Amino acid sequence: MPTRRRGGPVPNGASNAEGERELLSSADIARTVARIAHEILEKTADSGAPVVLLGLPTRGIHLAHRLAGRIAAIDPDTTVAVGTLDPTLYRDDLRRQPTRPLAETDIPADGVDDVTVVLVDDVLMSGRTVRAALDALRDHGRPRAVQLAVLVDRGHRELPIRADYVGKNVPTNRAEDVVVSLVESDGVDGVAIR
Amino acid sequence: MSDDESIGLRHLLSTEGLRREQAEALLDTAASMEQALTGRAVRKLPTLRGRTVVTLFYENSTRTRVSFEVAGKWMSADTINVSASGSSVGKGESLRDTAATLAAAGADAIVVRHPASGAPHRIAGWLDRVGHSHTDGHVAVVNAGDGTHEHPTQALLDAATLRRRLGADLTGRRVAVVGDVLHSRVARSNAHLLATLGAEVTLVAPPTLLPTGVEAWPVTVTHDLDAHLATGPDAVMMLRVQAERMHGGFFPSAREYAVRFGLSQRRADTLPDHTVVLHPGPAVRGMEIASSVADSDRAAIAEQVTAGVHVRMAVLYHLLAGEDSR
Repeated sequence: MPTRRRGGPVPNGASNAEGERELLSSADIARTVARIAHEILEKTADSGAPVVLLGLPTRGIHLAHRLAGRIAAIDPDTTVAVGTLDPTLYRDDLRRQPTRPLAETDIPADGVDDVTVVLVDDVLMSGRTVRAALDALRDHGRPRAVQLAVLVDRGHRELPIRADYVGKNVPTNRAEDVVVSLVESDGVDGVAIR
Repeated sequence: MSDDESIGLRHLLSTEGLRREQAEALLDTAASMEQALTGRAVRKLPTLRGRTVVTLFYENSTRTRVSFEVAGKWMSADTINVSASGSSVGKGESLRDTAATLAAAGADAIVVRHPASGAPHRIAGWLDRVGHSHTDGHVAVVNAGDGTHEHPTQALLDAATLRRRLGADLTGRRVAVVGDVLHSRVARSNAHLLATLGAEVTLVAPPTLLPTGVEAWPVTVTHDLDAHLATGPDAVMMLRVQAERMHGGFFPSAREYAVRFGLSQRRADTLPDHTVVLHPGPAVRGMEIASSVADSDRAAIAEQVTAGVHVRMAVLYHLLAGEDSR
């Protein structure tokens, strides 16, 4: 999996000297998060099960918190719990790379049994991170349903996994990097490709 | 998660020489292991599936051995225990041959406890030179206590416990290590690790129970427990009096030792509220630590055991999970 290097987005669609092209501006990200928040509300309303957003480190965590904030703003009666799930210990490629550092795992106190879990990540590519997250989730309990929300789906799936909520579908070349920057970790919002 | 974050650990033989970023990476990983396992329906991770961890113990142990075994099992490694009694060691097999046999039989990691200081280093040296085809040449060796030299995972679990109680940055924290420093591999490993992590370590012991060469350790030394406790250390680590290693008069009587170097309730009462009391176990109650102190809230003895599992998971993870361990 290519690394998601940090980097500031470039203005409006133009390529800069480093060959970066902007995919989403700060305003685009805000609109996209708002739209996905609406979609989550709409799609989970009927089940009656509580919703738990689980962010995948690092930037999925920030997105999960933003989504929870938007959902609370749209419908104050809906309570959405937010947590984080680090799938690293469940990856199938650990032996293929140097040892990976671990990130935070913080499952909400009420657990994940019988709730609708929405996994949240920034970029969906091979699907291997999501598969690892599904395996990790299974050891934490039995959700009623598991859904997936991503800011960018860049294709190149290696497993039969799809997202329920997609911010933007972006056809990419495998050699390209999709760089997601969020204020919480990078000081600025934006998605670029290079 | 860039590709250059591996901490470059091939064996864990001592805390002396461990770099601060390596030590902190191990402790951070241990904290993540605790998080990953908290409140779960299933306490099992698939991370080390198909890897084999052998514990090779030439000395008695309950907590260290169980802790390594649990750590391996919780990450789905196959763990196999070999003790000196009941193995070919009893038939006179040399340490070198035993280690080579375990490696040839498929061990990816060998966790060694041995009464001779330096034994794990020797094993690591032999295995690194020989190499074994089934593991692409590398068998990781973990020192689980060698003679009076080092016990690095004990020091790591002590540091992990202190981080839980005092905060993740131990810089400037003052830790007293009290008692039989001479025979204690725990003291040596802790002195080096805690100093590496930025803590100020003071050894409190009678002159007869200090090793020669202690001047070279990154510590200060005192013989007066009461005077030192009056300075309000952040942590007090009581060492076990290692009667099994004592062949001579290191102190006049158990009673005198307890009076001068035991952590009595009266002494504990003089400590600041936040001061943590550690003991590596097994504790000799009434000798080095009063029963009431060992059972008090400031004592972290049970937490140390729990932290031990997480720390050993972290060590096995860094030694066995990534490609550079193959």
